[in-house]
Formats: sequence, C-alpha cells, structure tokens
Amino acid sequence: MSWLDTAITAGIWALEVLAIAIPVALSVAYITYAERRVIGWMQIRKGCNRVGWAGLLQPIADGLKLFLKETIIPTTANKFLFVAAPVMSLLPVLVAFAVVPFGETTLGGLWEVAHVMAISNLNIGVLYVMAISSLGIYGILMAGWASNSKYAFLGAIRATCQMVSYEIAMGFAIVCVLMLSGSLNLAEIVRAQSGGFWHWYFIPLFPVFLVYFISGVAETNRSPFDLTEGESEIVAGFFVEYSGMWFATFSLAEYGAMILISLITAIMFLGGWHAPFPFLDVIPGTVWLLGKTAFLIFMFIWFRATFPRYRYDQLMRLGWKVFLPVTLVWIAVIGISIYTPVLSDIIGFWRPGSAL
Amino acid sequence: MLELGFFYMFAGLAVMAALGVVMSRNTVHSVMFLIFCFFNAAGLFFLLDAEFIGILLILIYVGAVMVLFMFVVMMLEVNFAGLREGFLRYLPIGGMIALVLFIEIVAAGSSGIFSPEGMPDPGHAAQHVNNTVEIGKVLYTRYLLGFEVAAIILLVALIGSVVLTLRVRKDAKYQNISRQVNVDPADRLRKVKM
Repeated sequence: MSWLDTAITAGIWALEVLAIAIPVALSVAYITYAERRVIGWMQIRKGCNRVGWAGLLQPIADGLKLFLKETIIPTTANKFLFVAAPVMSLLPVLVAFAVVPFGETTLGGLWEVAHVMAISNLNIGVLYVMAISSLGIYGILMAGWASNSKYAFLGAIRATCQMVSYEIAMGFAIVCVLMLSGSLNLAEIVRAQSGGFWHWYFIPLFPVFLVYFISGVAETNRSPFDLTEGESEIVAGFFVEYSGMWFATFSLAEYGAMILISLITAIMFLGGWHAPFPFLDVIPGTVWLLGKTAFLIFMFIWFRATFPRYRYDQLMRLGWKVFLPVTLVWIAVIGISIYTPVLSDIIGFWRPGSAL
Repeated sequence: MLELGFFYMFAGLAVMAALGVVMSRNTVHSVMFLIFCFFNAAGLFFLLDAEFIGILLILIYVGAVMVLFMFVVMMLEVNFAGLREGFLRYLPIGGMIALVLFIEIVAAGSSGIFSPEGMPDPGHAAQHVNNTVEIGKVLYTRYLLGFEVAAIILLVALIGSVVLTLRVRKDAKYQNISRQVNVDPADRLRKVKM
C-alpha cells in the first residue's frame, strides 16, 4: 500500500466520520427543541416559539448564548480533570456511532452486492457499543470529583450506584438477542429480523425489550433516572460547577447517548432498517430506521414529562431485584425452548440459522 | 508499516501510563493512568486480531471494575505527606524486589525463548475466522469443566462477600414495595361532601 492509497483511505474515513458526526450534532440541537415543544404540549403550554418561525431557530440561539458565555473554573478544582471531564463524556458517545449500521445500499446499482452503511461493520458490534458507551460514566465521575464540590461529588457517587445496577441487566438483555440472532454483528442481527414485523425480536423478547430500553434510559441519565442531576436535591449534580460551552458539552453527550440508545434498540428489537410489512420496502431502509429511532426518542421525552424521579435506592432495587431476575429467567426460557422439540419449532421462527 | 506504528503507539502509551500509575502523587490520577493503560493493552489485543478479548478488557476492566475502583479511591482521604514519610525505610526492600524482577525479566528476555526466531509470527487470521465463535466453541466443549469451576468459584466469592458484610439492623425501617404498590386508594382517601 503506497502513501497515496493510505491518504485516500484516510480521506474516505474522514468523510464517513463527518457524514455521521454532523447529522448527530444537528439532531442533538433539534431534539432539544423537540423536547421543549413536546413537553410544552404535554403540559398544556406553548414551549419555545419566539426565535424564528415556530421557534425553529431556538437551538441555534441557545448554542450561541452558551458559546459566548464565560467558562468558569473553580479555584479549588482539579483543573486538568475538570476540563477533561466534558470531553470524556462526549467522546464515547461519538465513537460508539462508528459501528451503527444505518442501512444497506448498492449505491444505486453501482455495487453488485449490498454494502452495510456503517463506518466499520465490526464482527463484535454489540459488544463494542456496550463497552464504549459504558465509558461515558468516567466523564461524570471525573466531573464530580474534579469540581471539588459536595453536590457534584454526590452526583458522581450516585452515578456509580446507578451504573452497577443497570449494566448487568442490560448485558443479559443483549445475550437474549444474541441467542436468537446467532451473531454479534449489528447488521447480521438486523438481517435475522427480515420479513415483516412478526419477525422482529420485540415479540419473542418482549420483557427483555422493556428491560433494555428502560436500562438505556438509566444509562443516558435521563428522567426518571436523572438522579445524578437531581436538581431538586443536589442542585445539578455532577455538572453544578460547569458553565458555558463545557456545560453544553455535557448536554450534547446526553442527547447523543439518547440517539445512540434509540438506534441500538431499534436495531436489536424493532427490525432495524426493515419495513413492518414487506410491501412497504419501497421506502428506503434508512428512513425506517431513523423513523423508529425518532419514535424511541419521543418515548424518552414522553417519560420525562410523565414520571417523577426515582430515589436511588428504588433504582437499585429495580435493577437488581426486578430487571436482573427477569432477564435471567428469559435467558433460561429462550435457552430451554431452543432445545425442546415442540418449542424449538416455535422459537425457530425467529432464528434464521436454526436449520444448522 | 501502519501496524508497526500503531504497535509502538499502543505499547509506548501503555508503558508511560503504567509509569504514571506508580509515579503520580494523586491516587485519582493513578487510577486514571491505570484505565488508560488497560485501554492501550486492549489496543494491542486488537492488533493481534483478538478483538473479542480486547473488547472484553474494555468492557469488564475499564467499564466496570475500574469504575468501582475509582469510586473507592475518590472517597479515600489521602494524606500525601504521610505517604512519602516511609520512603527511605522501605527503599532497601523495595529496591531489592525491583532488582530481582529486573534480573528475571532480562534473563528471560535474553534466553532466546522469546526471540523472533523462537516465536515465529503467527500471521493474521483469515478473514472468515470469527474469534468470538472460535473461543465459544473451545470454551463450551473442551474447557467446559474449567469454565464451570471458575463460575462456581466466582459465585461462592460473591455470596461469601455478601454474607460477610451483610449487617441487618433491627431498628432500621424498610419499605415493603409490594405492599406500597398494592395500596388501594379507597383505604386512604375519603371524599368529603362540602
């Protein structure tokens, strides 16, 4: 491989990265807008409608405001970690998007076989997403510790408790999906669900689907599991000392994580880029995937408008005493039905590789 | 060429991070360096085509174990002056251990067993080899007994640590969640006609 080839490859990579990073950043901006409007309607008020037509320029005005604000670093803070923390919480979210498949394309018939639209179609995509997205907690821990503030530190401690309670259940939920799809590759998981919504995994794995999505809400620290923020008890939790652009970076990370969790849930349980009915396949798969993602993001917003915040012992109980047993039982249910004569025919419907 | 560059990057950063773990005065910084070190070690596994082990290293050690580590370290009240006090007293014994380790490593390195000739480059695995599948096949057939024994030991350790540290206080008040959920509004709420 000559240097020119290397340069071309690197250039294509850079374009691919931009093709994902820029839409993610834009959608983050407009999800904040959608959230304010939707919650406004749910609470019978208008929401932001002043800047631009129907308030559509509001996210840009907000961004500009945050950008122009002064960044304050407390004198007793650990400066290096204080500045590194927002970056540490945003980085894993963006890096995890590298393996998300957005659909299959032949590029208008240019290629003979359909290629997966992902930066890297990794064999162990599911594990990669899980490993990378679990790193986001370091941003919170670092922010909480480096701020040298009691409220921030309490927020960081809560984040740890929260993480240990949902992460295991989340892992087991993924195991159930893998037992049916027989692959760790996200694109393979989607292919295994082809052919109408009755092939999607949310049907045989309904309890697990709920566990995964709710754990996802906990992972993104969204309401009702936003105990790390807990503005009514610990002011703003881990980012109480942050201002201006660094503060905005944290919300960028939160909303980015929301998109990521919604995408992964849509891919693993809601058939990814497949249409609910085969005759609807004329609409491009990417539209379906993004539509399902948008619906799940709406669910996040809906949760926020509906539920009061969990106390952290309630969250730990939910993780350890409800989610963990449910997923363990469901692994056993799937495992036993795969090897029981009559049941294996039923479960085999969702297992494309079961003939092997 | 590119691969060699990545190897030196990961290896160099891992060594520097490992030095940072022992050299930094702040324990939280030490933990950070350790996390960075694990991360680079995972990078080395990726270069060896062992992507499954590399990701597991990140998932288990960086994503879970080190979070708890950090949790504990952040809560410690570290007396930096006290930490440096005994330096001279422990220098001889520490130095001796370091020297023995150093001699061992040099001896092992120069013995020729680890030379490029002694350990030929296995080359890259073929494109179709999926090492998750391969590890699964071996782990659940040939090494099933060892795997199960390890699982049992971990389970015993888990239950043991709960039993050792569990302290049920008689005077503490607990919520009975199922009772709370099963509450009937009619028992608590009374409509009054005004």
